[in-house]
Order: sequence, then structure tokens, then C-alpha cells
Amino acid sequence: MKAAHYWHCFVGIQTREWLRFWQQRTRFASALVRPLLWLVVFAAGFRAVLGISIIPPYQTYITYETYIAPGLCGMIILFNSMQGALSMVYDRELGSMRVLLMSPLPRPFLLVTKLLAMGVVSVGQVYVFLLLALLVDVEPPLWGYLAVLPALILTSLMLGALGLLIATWIKQLENFAGVMNFVIFPMFFMSSALYPLWRMNEASPWLYWICQFNPFTHAVEAIRFSLYLEWNPTAFGITASVTVVFALLATTGFRPQRTKILGEKPA
Amino acid sequence: MTIEARNISFRYGDKPVLKEVSFTLTSGGFHALLGPNGAGKSTLFGLLTRLLALQQGDVLMAGQSLKKQPAEAMRKIGVVFQQNALDLDLTVRQNLLYHAALHGLSRKEARIRGDRELERFQLLERANEPVRKLNGGHRRRVEIARALLHEPSLLLLDEPTVGLDVASRRGLNDHVRRLCDSDGLTVLWATHLIEEVRPEDRVLILHEGKLLADGAGHDICEAEGTRDLAETFHTLTGAG
Repeated sequence: MKAAHYWHCFVGIQTREWLRFWQQRTRFASALVRPLLWLVVFAAGFRAVLGISIIPPYQTYITYETYIAPGLCGMIILFNSMQGALSMVYDRELGSMRVLLMSPLPRPFLLVTKLLAMGVVSVGQVYVFLLLALLVDVEPPLWGYLAVLPALILTSLMLGALGLLIATWIKQLENFAGVMNFVIFPMFFMSSALYPLWRMNEASPWLYWICQFNPFTHAVEAIRFSLYLEWNPTAFGITASVTVVFALLATTGFRPQRTKILGEKPA
Repeated sequence: MTIEARNISFRYGDKPVLKEVSFTLTSGGFHALLGPNGAGKSTLFGLLTRLLALQQGDVLMAGQSLKKQPAEAMRKIGVVFQQNALDLDLTVRQNLLYHAALHGLSRKEARIRGDRELERFQLLERANEPVRKLNGGHRRRVEIARALLHEPSLLLLDEPTVGLDVASRRGLNDHVRRLCDSDGLTVLWATHLIEEVRPEDRVLILHEGKLLADGAGHDICEAEGTRDLAETFHTLTGAG
């Protein structure tokens, strides 16, 4: 197989994802309601309770809306990645997965490309969210919108790979409710998305350490710092390393027989 | 292209699903894989398409091992799955272009080949319609057209007529037979419907994971001392 074959395949998978996005644009728009509610309603209620002192990457006192916006970007990607991964092995995308796996190109390449394509669509949603966040005065520097792109793509690949890993290997989590309770909510709440970790440390040191071990924390921090044009090598390094590990495990460990791609297997 | 399955066994956990299955498919021939539900047909297709990993045995496609040279082997196979594998929201052409891209074809080449196949299947005028608007028979035709886009030598069809009316079933069956004659395509057609098989066809009968018969339909009937394939099938499997 030549490089051109890989390129045509890559473009084909990306194109299909965007075509589906366009076909289901109302569903994608409604997926923005959740983070917007957090930003507008939850943050309004909480800003009075939770004072944020000056912490990097911010140079001044900030509103609570400004603080949680990067976490909500992560939340959009988190929900989409888990939903996308589940649909790859159990649900709407089964037909497309059968076709995908018939390709003569290496399976890890196909799966990473597919995860990346789903991730890029999520990133598009994040940008729409950030534009809407301007309405509540979340105003990162203009170049921040560009600088945050690598962090967003990395996060989407990391969470997509995690979703695929979970969907393939943990039978008990084959529906979205299970994933929401046991993966999405713990990852989101035990991170720096809603509160700075020094606050968490004051409240409970052991919870603080759980948050530190949560890769989502570092993804959110990578998004936060790059959005405000600050370089955070720790957050980036951890997010990138975890992405590589999850992607390797998810793609090389992928087994169609552990999914519903072949239909229902005999009991 | 000649396909040789050698001594294939497969089990799901403790449950054996295929037991030492061996056969050879001859180039350009129509082969019917007959078996009642649960015989192991879909598992065999899963192995031939690499959706399942071979546990024991091997498959040789024109001499190339599916185990050792999977990419080369996969380039030669076109598949129509039992379950719909089309994206209903996308148009017929978009579905075809997606498949072609997965096989490394450029968009330009894919469009030429796609239109050629759709014309052959008398579906070209519907190329820009969402698949959702097509009836079951036409969807199946699109799936076959798609499976042929990368010009495979072997076409695998896993119960392709499930859910179709009698006329569509017959039309699809005739169409695939014509492909064997016109393109020299080797076809393996899995079914549990005897009426889709002709006495002169090469027939493989699979039951409870074992290959019970392999030969021309009329020869099998003669060997079993039965009047027709339906009776043979019933005698061998207790089904039908």
C-alpha cells in the first residue's frame, strides 16, 4: 500500500464524518445545550459562592464563567467521544464499522483515523461553544482560539481512544447511562473543570490526588493554558503520553468479536 | 481466483462453532453455502473477512495466506453483509465514495468506477438520493455495487436476500450469477433458502459447524439417494 492510499482513506473517513455531521446538525446543535446551561445557569449561581483568586494562566481576577469555560470545552469532547465510541461498537455506526474493517489498510490506522475524524467534529462544536461564550464575556485572546487547537485535538483523541477501550472491553458499560455514571461524571467532577485543584486540596487531600491522577484534569489544563496563550508542559506532556497509551491499547486490542459488529453471537 | 479453506475450526469460549471445515472454491464459479440458522455460516464469513481472527486452519486466496498476508487477501474480497451496512442518511454515491476511499482509491477514480457500477445495476439516476429512500431490493443492489468497486475476485454474500420479497430475491440471485459469467467473479452465497440454489450449482452444506456435503447439487442428491436438494437438505440437517 502506498502513501496515496493512506491519504485517500484518511480523507474519505474525515469526509464521511462531516457529511454525517451535516445530516444530523440538529442533534449536534442540541448537544451544545448541556455545556451552555452549565455556563449560563450553573456558573451564574456559583460565581457568588466560589471566589477565584488569581491563578495561572489568568493575569487578573476572573469570573467563574471564564474559569469553567475550558472545562466545558473538555466536557463537550468527553460526551461526544464516549457516545461516538459506543455507537462504533454497539449502535448506529455498526454498519459503517463493518465497511471500515473490510479495508486492506492496517486496522490501527483505520481506527485512529476514525477516532480523529469524530474528534475533529467535536472540536468544531467546541469552537461554536466558545463563540457563544463570548455572550457571557468569556473573552480569551484572539490567538488563543488558534493556540488551543492542538490541545482540543489531543483531548478528543485521548477520550475517543478511552471510549473505544471501554466499549470493547467492559461489557457492563455497553449503554450510555452506565458510561455516564461510571466514566463521564467521575472524570468530569474529579478534575479541575469546575474548581481549581488547590480548592479541592483544602477540602479533601485524597480527592485532590484522585483529581491529579485523572487524565481529564490535565487535558482541561492544557486547553485552559493554551487558550490563554500560556505553555503548560506538564499538562501537555501528560495528555500526550496518556493519548499515546490509550490509542495503542484501544487499537491494537480492538477485537470485533467483543462488539456487535458481527451481529449477536451465539450464547 | 481459487480460494482454499484449510481445516478451519473456531470456538466462542467453550462452544465449538466450526469443526475442521475445508473446501475449495473454483475461480469464476457460483457456490452456495447452505445451512440452517446457527450452522456457522456467519462465523465462517467472519473468518473469511477477518472480522474474526482465525484460531485454527488458514484460508488461501490465490495462494496467499489470510493469516500471513491479510492486506493482500482483503484487496481481493468484496463483501455483502447479512445486516445492512449502508449509511441510510448519506446518498448512494456518498456511500460508494466512502467505501472506495477505504480501499485507497482517489475520489476521481472512485467516481468513475462508482458510476459504472451504478449504471450496470440500473441505479445511476438514483445516485444522489439518500439510501433511506430506496427499497430493500435496491439497497441490496447498492451494497453489491459497492462491494465490487475495488474490483475484487471473490464476492461473499451472507444471506443477502433476507427481508426481500420473492421477486427481488430472484432478481438479485440472477444478477449475481450473471456477474460470475461476465466478470469471472468467484461467488460464495450463503443462504438457508433452497429455492436460491440450482441443481447444477456447487453446494456446500454446513450443519452444526461441520461441512456435511460439498459438490454439485445433483451429484449430492444422487449420492444421498434423494429427489432434490430440499430433500437432501432435510435428510442431512433435519431442517427445511
